[in-house]
Amino acid sequence: MNTISPWLLFILLAIGTFALRLSFIYLFGKVDMPDWLRRALRFVPASVLAALVLPALTYPNGTFDLSLGNVRLLAGIGGALVAWKTRSVLWTIAVGMALFWLLQAF
Amino acid sequence: MYAYGHTPKFGSFPVMKGEIESFMKSTHRDFITGARDTLPILLGVVPFAMICSVAAVSVGLTPFEAMGMSFIVFAGASQLAVLQLMGDGAVWLVMVLTAWTINLRFTMYSATLAPYLQKEPLFRKAPFAYALSDQAFGVTMSRFANRLPANPAWYFYGSAAAIWAAWQVSSIIGALLGTLVPASWGLDFAFPLSFMALMFTALKDRPTVLAAAVAGLVAVLAKGLPYNLGLVLAALLGIGVGLFAETVSGKQMQGAVE
Repeated sequence: MNTISPWLLFILLAIGTFALRLSFIYLFGKVDMPDWLRRALRFVPASVLAALVLPALTYPNGTFDLSLGNVRLLAGIGGALVAWKTRSVLWTIAVGMALFWLLQAF
Repeated sequence: MYAYGHTPKFGSFPVMKGEIESFMKSTHRDFITGARDTLPILLGVVPFAMICSVAAVSVGLTPFEAMGMSFIVFAGASQLAVLQLMGDGAVWLVMVLTAWTINLRFTMYSATLAPYLQKEPLFRKAPFAYALSDQAFGVTMSRFANRLPANPAWYFYGSAAAIWAAWQVSSIIGALLGTLVPASWGLDFAFPLSFMALMFTALKDRPTVLAAAVAGLVAVLAKGLPYNLGLVLAALLGIGVGLFAETVSGKQMQGAVE
């Protein structure tokens, strides 16, 4: 039960995502978005993305590592500065990956 | 349609025909304008779509699966999240829940666009709902805020179609390039980096920063939970804290006014 075929996974992702996209375009005039939901949705991107980023930087090989030997953490901090200044996915990946490769070489 | 005391003349076929023709043209004109206004945004869409496909191949999907994912899901941030979780060996249910959570934002876009699509038939609403993206929403709403086109729905269709087409072509190129990238490059590190950039665009005020800080901290502490459930717990707590912070600061502002 832990694994399913990639195509079945994609279809599940797609059905839910399509339903979310069509939701109020279809329901307009029939159902209003509740106020609490509208307010809660504002916090979804920041919360989910932070929850994806921080463990990926602090558990480089599956174990917790806050030391200076953690290349992903150091390059990630560099990437965070670029992300903060530019808000650009491309620049963040470019500088972050360059730092990652550079620090690995030492 | 016949405002200012204009009475329609029944039987005056050429007038009717002319009106219908000009209406047809104006919908298509708005479609083209929407697509054209979207062109500068494609500079960001093209590489992002390529990254999604390269990333999919890097976690072991075939190029065909990578293209298929981009084609049927068509939501980059959630695709990258699923791919990172796939690389971590997470269970499928956590991948599905995470992707759906990331895509909850589309309900906001859907609610905002709904009044403009009200009179459109479902056979157009449905495919263009599937093609709704962050970028199409952004382009469309910034135009609507300045000057509303004659056919707002068609303007949105044009923007959504341009992004969709650019995305699909780029994802095919990325899937083919992906097989050329050796695993030793550690390209999986591009996942957290891309999430980082997306996260900073979501940090708009103190409550959103607080939500991100709490979610990030809880995700690190709860990393050991089975099935990557720590991620779901962290997101829920972040959202809760954000809502709470917003409510408290809202009350403070009300108090200051009184």
